[in-house]
Amino acid sequence: MCLAVPGKIVSIYTSGAMRMCKIDFGGVVREACIETLPEAKVGDYTIIHAGFALNILSEEEAEATLEALRQIGAFEEEDQDLIGE
Amino acid sequence: MRFTDEFRDASMVKTVLEEIRRTVTRPWVLMEICGGQTHAIMRYGLDQLLPPEVELVHGPGCPVCVTPLELIDKALAIAARPDVIFTSFGDMLRVPGSQADLFSIRARGGQVRVVYSPLDAVRIAQENPDHQVVFFAIGFETTAPANAASVIQAKALGLKNYSILASHVCVPPAMHAILGSPANRIQGFLAAGHVCSVMGTWEYPPIAAQYQVPIVVTGFEPLDLLNGILMTLRQLEAGKAGVENAYPRVVTERGNVAAQKMILQVFEPCDRQWRGIGLIPMSGLGLRAEMEEFDAEKRFSVSGIQTRESELCIAGQVLQGLKKPHHCPAFGRQCTPETPLGAPMVSSEGACSAYFRYHREEA
Ligand code: SF4
Repeated sequence: MCLAVPGKIVSIYTSGAMRMCKIDFGGVVREACIETLPEAKVGDYTIIHAGFALNILSEEEAEATLEALRQIGAFEEEDQDLIGE
Repeated sequence: MRFTDEFRDASMVKTVLEEIRRTVTRPWVLMEICGGQTHAIMRYGLDQLLPPEVELVHGPGCPVCVTPLELIDKALAIAARPDVIFTSFGDMLRVPGSQADLFSIRARGGQVRVVYSPLDAVRIAQENPDHQVVFFAIGFETTAPANAASVIQAKALGLKNYSILASHVCVPPAMHAILGSPANRIQGFLAAGHVCSVMGTWEYPPIAAQYQVPIVVTGFEPLDLLNGILMTLRQLEAGKAGVENAYPRVVTERGNVAAQKMILQVFEPCDRQWRGIGLIPMSGLGLRAEMEEFDAEKRFSVSGIQTRESELCIAGQVLQGLKKPHHCPAFGRQCTPETPLGAPMVSSEGACSAYFRYHREEA
């Protein structure tokens, strides 16, 4: 149930007492509540769980994580070069 | 950036696995709390790619699995009433109660509807003013804001025919229960990324310090899981026990503060029974007194419930990480997804269903 997937906000509106949005999951569009994400704007990626947006995803942090993992790969190659010498 | 494919890159998965192999010098036991992570680990076969020193034990993070039997029996009694439309996440339909499940109540004419979001249940209440609409509000902190929002929405709309059967559970008290048990084997935790996206990481440093265990907030893609495992192992090998965040694109230290406020507007901490595990003090969220009118347990007095668990099912031990699903004598024999004896075999987050689906019969 917590295996929520990221989707992209394509429109924002109000329904009843709640701030809602349409989210695009690679072609499939669904409705979700963004009441607790006042800063959310069209184009943001968010994680949806039970029709509720949990948080806005940070592209910067995603890049930083990937970069840190790439560094491991770079070190490994260096290691192998040393062994090869 | 699509936030998914990048974290499934096969060559980077290999690199991180290599690094894990280089890091480990002796056996370690880690627990992934969240059942969604258990399934992701099995789906990608990560458990089979890790070095033999690293044992992954599956935690209680399956809300369907830990919903107390008594409450399921209550749900069945309420759902059978002709004046009720009973709404639930799909996973709950096949969870065995003492005598039946929601699916069989529906087959016998009960109005049981699957909803994707609790706000859909509120809409059903609006559309059916002559029926009582009840939502089975189960879940961890991840689901609590959505369930709270449904009550706030119903209140704003002045609905008199909406109520919830609340069975919320929280992760940190369960970690205390696991770590405080004399039978505990867990040396490090992968904390559930989506619980933390709501709650942040601020609840964990006291737990890491009290029990001297590393806790690493972890996501759900293969690289996220391996990165979380690597960070936990690095801490263990260095004798450290801190809280780290391997999922910072989704999780911040404070979490979603507005969502935390919304939870506390509707719910308050309470003692909660966990199916198969028992009572964990202050581990649940119950409706606040001022939200009492939305409490299905108060609206429908259900009495005379006598619970009866399967004698074969060892779900409680599986959920606490003391046994693996294939250690259960009924696994794959009397108990399959078609004929489940316990909730972990039906839930899409249950460890037994993961072992069955991905053929970990004798791992
Ligand atoms: S395999 Fe079935 S009977 Fe055994 S613990 Fe899992 S759910 Fe219970």
